[in-house]
Amino acid sequence: MNNLMEKYGINPRDGIEFGIYTLGDHLPNPITGERISAEERIHEIIDYAKLADQAGIDFFSVGESHQEYFATQAHAVVLSAIAQATENIKIASSSTIISTSDPVRVYENFATIDLISKGRAEIVAGRASRIGLFDLLGYDVRDYEALFEEKFDLLRKINEEEVVNWSGEFRAPLKNAKVLPRPRNGSIPIWRAVGGTRASAIKAGFAGAPMFMAHLGGPASMFKGTIEAYREAARSKGFDPAELPVATAGFFYAAETSQQALKDMYPHINEGMKRTNGQGFPKQHFAQGIDPHNVMNIGSPQEIIEKILYQHELFGHQRYIAQIDFGGVPFDRLQKNIELIGTEILPAIKKYTAKK
Amino acid sequence: MKIVGLSGSKVGSKTRTAMNYTVKSLAEKYPDTEVTVIDLAEYDVQFSDGRNYMEYEGDTGFVTQTIMEADAIIIGTPIFQASIPATLKNIFDLLPVDAFRDKVVSMLVTAGSAKHYLIAEQQLKPILAYMKAQMVQTYVFIEEEDFYRKEIINDDVFFRIERLVEDTVVLTETFTKIREEKEAQYDF
Repeated sequence: MNNLMEKYGINPRDGIEFGIYTLGDHLPNPITGERISAEERIHEIIDYAKLADQAGIDFFSVGESHQEYFATQAHAVVLSAIAQATENIKIASSSTIISTSDPVRVYENFATIDLISKGRAEIVAGRASRIGLFDLLGYDVRDYEALFEEKFDLLRKINEEEVVNWSGEFRAPLKNAKVLPRPRNGSIPIWRAVGGTRASAIKAGFAGAPMFMAHLGGPASMFKGTIEAYREAARSKGFDPAELPVATAGFFYAAETSQQALKDMYPHINEGMKRTNGQGFPKQHFAQGIDPHNVMNIGSPQEIIEKILYQHELFGHQRYIAQIDFGGVPFDRLQKNIELIGTEILPAIKKYTAKK
Repeated sequence: MKIVGLSGSKVGSKTRTAMNYTVKSLAEKYPDTEVTVIDLAEYDVQFSDGRNYMEYEGDTGFVTQTIMEADAIIIGTPIFQASIPATLKNIFDLLPVDAFRDKVVSMLVTAGSAKHYLIAEQQLKPILAYMKAQMVQTYVFIEEEDFYRKEIINDDVFFRIERLVEDTVVLTETFTKIREEKEAQYDF
C-alpha cells in the first residue's frame, strides 16, 4: 500500500471508513417546537461522539458556523472535549473556516487536540458557504478565494515543516517560527472541504490535498464526475490520485423501512433548511432520496448498505461521513441510528470493501 | 394567498401607474388576497454581494424576504436599452437560484416603442424559468401612447390587466392545489 494514503491515516485494506459529522446546528425540534439550551446541545454532541466511538465508527467531526441556530462556533474547543471523552475514533473539524482564522492558532489547537486524543486529530479546512463570518471576524469577502488559498497553503506548510519561513498578504510573516506543540506523529491529516461543485473539486486536485466532499441530494453518478475531475486535476499537477483519499459527506437516516426513515427525517431537514438557508427542502426531491442511485443515504439498514456499496463502486472513495442530526433530531433517534450503524451497516460495508 | 406587485424601476412613472391599476383590480376581484406593492423607486436596495438573501438588512432585507414569502409575484418592468432595468435584474441577483420554485410569476411591461415587445419573451422569461417560476405565459405590454398624465387611456389595456390578474390568481390556486395533492400522496 502506498505511503501517502497511510500518512492520511487511511488503510484501504480495512475497507471504507464510516464517519459521522455534525454542523453543530442548534435548531428547534419542528414537531414539538422546543429547542434545548446551547449547553444541552453541546453535551449532546459530546455524547453523540462517545456513542459513535463505542459503536466502532471510524470518524467524528464538528463544524464551525457563526450564524444563528448553531452552537459550535468554537468547534476546536468542543473537539477537545470529545478528544477527552473518546478512545479510538478519529476526530476532526467539518469544517474549520481557515479563510477567517489564523493558521498558526488553528494548528496549535488541532495539534493539542491530537495530543489530548493521542494521535486521532484531523483538520478539514473550508472556505465557508455563508459569508456572515467575514464581517464578524473582520475580513473582506472580496478576498474570499485569496484568503482561503493563502491560509490553506500556510496551514499545510506548518504541518510539514517544524521551522517555518513564510510571508504572504493576509498575515504577518513568519521567520524561523516554530509552531508548537507538534502532533503525535509529526503531522496530522489536512483535508480540503469541497461543496460538491466541480470547480471547487478541481482546485482541491490542483492543491494535491485530500478531498472532503459534502453533498445534498441528486444522482450519485453526478458526483462521480466531480470526483473524477478532482483526480484529473491532481494528476495534471503531478500528484498521484491513487495516493489522495476522498471522503463524501451527506444526509443519512436509517430506520426499519425507507418510508419510516423519510417520515422521521423530513420535517427536520425541511424546517432546518428553512431556518438556516431560507428555503425548505422540496418533498419531491426528498422522496427521491431513497432511490438506490440517489446519493442521500436514507432507508432501511439493508438499503443503506447497498447504497454505500454502490457509491463505493462508483467513487472509489475511502470514507463516507453521515449527517444525521440536522434540524433538532431528538437524541434517542440519533442513538437508534448509531446502533443500526454499529450492528448492521458498519460490519457489512467493511466486509464487502476490505481488500483481502 | 400572498401576492407581491414588484415595480422594477426607479425611472419614470408608467410601470408604477400600470401596477397601481393592477393592484386595484386585484383588490376588487380578490379581496381575500394579501397584496404588497414594492416599488423599487421607494426603496434603497443595495447591489447583490453574494450573501444569502436572509442576511441582508434594511430595505434590501425587506424586499428579498417579502418576495421569498409570496405565493405569486406580478413583475412590472419598463424596457431600457432593449432590456430589463438593472434595478430589476439586481432583485433576481439578490435571490437564490431557485427562488421562484412553487411561485407563480406574471409580467406587465411598459415601453416607449412597440419594437420592444419581444424583450420580455427573450430576456425576462428565461431568467424566471431558470429560477423555477411557474409563469403566466401571456404578459401585458403597454406602450407610451396608452398613457396620459399618469393614467391609462386605452380600454383594451384595462381588459388585459384584468385578465392578467385573473390568470395570476387562478394559476396560483391551481398550482397550490396540485402541489398539495401531490404532497399528500407521500406518506411522510
